[in-house]
Amino acid sequence: MTIHVENIAKRFPLPGGRALTVIGDISFTMENGDFVAVLGESGCGKSTLLNLVAGLLPLSAGRIEVNGSRIAGPHPSRAMLFQQPSLLPWLNVEENIVFGCKLRGEEEDLATRAAQLIEIMGLSGSEKVKPHELSLGMAQRVCLARALIGHPDILLLDEPFASLDTINRTHLQEELIEFWMVEKFSAILVTHDIDEAILMGTRIVLLGDRPCRIIQTYEVNLNYPRDMSSRSFFLLRAAIIKKLRESFDAGQEKKETP
Amino acid sequence: MADSVLIMLHRFLYGMAPHGRYMLMKILYGLLGAGLFFIAWVFIGYAIFARPGYEQFSGFLPLPTLKAMAALMVDPHFWQGIHASLRRVVVGITIAFVIGLPMGLMIGFYKKLQIVTHTPIQFLRMISPLSWMPIALLVFHSFEWAIYFLITMATVWPIILNTSHGVSQVNPHWINMARNQGARDYQLLLRIIMPASIPYILASLRLALGVAWIVLVPAEFLGISSGLGYIINDARDTMEYDRLMAIIIAIGVVGFILDGGIEMVQRAFSWNPA
Repeated sequence: MTIHVENIAKRFPLPGGRALTVIGDISFTMENGDFVAVLGESGCGKSTLLNLVAGLLPLSAGRIEVNGSRIAGPHPSRAMLFQQPSLLPWLNVEENIVFGCKLRGEEEDLATRAAQLIEIMGLSGSEKVKPHELSLGMAQRVCLARALIGHPDILLLDEPFASLDTINRTHLQEELIEFWMVEKFSAILVTHDIDEAILMGTRIVLLGDRPCRIIQTYEVNLNYPRDMSSRSFFLLRAAIIKKLRESFDAGQEKKETP
Repeated sequence: MADSVLIMLHRFLYGMAPHGRYMLMKILYGLLGAGLFFIAWVFIGYAIFARPGYEQFSGFLPLPTLKAMAALMVDPHFWQGIHASLRRVVVGITIAFVIGLPMGLMIGFYKKLQIVTHTPIQFLRMISPLSWMPIALLVFHSFEWAIYFLITMATVWPIILNTSHGVSQVNPHWINMARNQGARDYQLLLRIIMPASIPYILASLRLALGVAWIVLVPAEFLGISSGLGYIINDARDTMEYDRLMAIIIAIGVVGFILDGGIEMVQRAFSWNPA
């Protein structure tokens, strides 16, 4: 599973015939099993990039190819985990998890697979619970199970842990990494949390500037589970912060001298 | 004596589980409201119709009315009237629902269609349904169908507008999620938009029922020979004012029961927002 993002741009129309360019010109390539963490400040266009790869938004320019063929619209092989748990309130936990598979008619072993994921995600006993009774962390686990049950080739993660408390976030990060190491899917994680990016990514793509572009790419050659107190973790973190600050200062200068 | 009753009531209420206590309080306060309303009716009734010169209208007083109500309970004409009126409301709303639900879903789903239909719907909605009566009598040769038409004209607009509003309120995250999971357009409509709009659809039915029940009685004044509106007209002509007042109360009671019934359905089918 190779993902090839080539010179993509995204503009949103504004009133008065003008356009807001959110993404200027971005290119990158991912190989099978890569875990790319896209890091950038809030509102810089990270989520837009993810929505473009998901096919939920049309491109303004450029192309995105998966295994050599250009994507046209959303596809279940590129499953997305949204920032807010998007569970259907009239379905219970189990029904929410199998929702996509039922849509697509993938009924084979569905009950068994659902039971396995419910077990792994620590949702046992909550199968028949309705979403409004779940905590945020539980709800996001259900969403993760729903995204994973169809064995996606690519998992797209849009700051899925941002609204969780530290303990839940740490657990879910670890569980997701364990799952990824077994299932060997590719993943793109969008985040504004530097630690999260270093904990999870095999590669970190630093976004910045307006319209947004790639400032820097880091390969992270650390073994999982990663140790936040290790020297290499600390050095990488410092380097990223330095780079972000430089980019931020450059942006400020550009604003002041138009 | 009164004190000890109050203390016993207090002990009884606060000895119960919170939910049971809440339900009991609701019932007690509901009965209190009904009781106050009854007392107000008695006072106002006597203040107006017990004055000298109003002897011939004494039928409107509460006591004769209650007697007439007892008589109605065993009067087959009354039950036939209720049956005829309910049938008209049910047929009229069913026609309006069959037309209005798909229209509301489509208008809510396609923004352009909403803009196109805005003017005609807002225009037609503001016309009192009863003003269609002369035209309805010309077009439909039976009174029965003219009344179905009037009720449909009265109820189709709230159904269309509420349903389309419900569709436009569907959480866009659910739609993105379903598209991401591979949903086609018809699956979006059936699996996301329809279930998400059910509370709005039921609310539209409840509104429609209220409107239909209000429009029905004047519609039944206009030449038909059955139904509650007809009985009111008939009672006025024969100067049976006790019977007239009893029917007025019966109209209120039936409307109340219908509304309560649909409210129960609403509760059973509404999902809790996540």
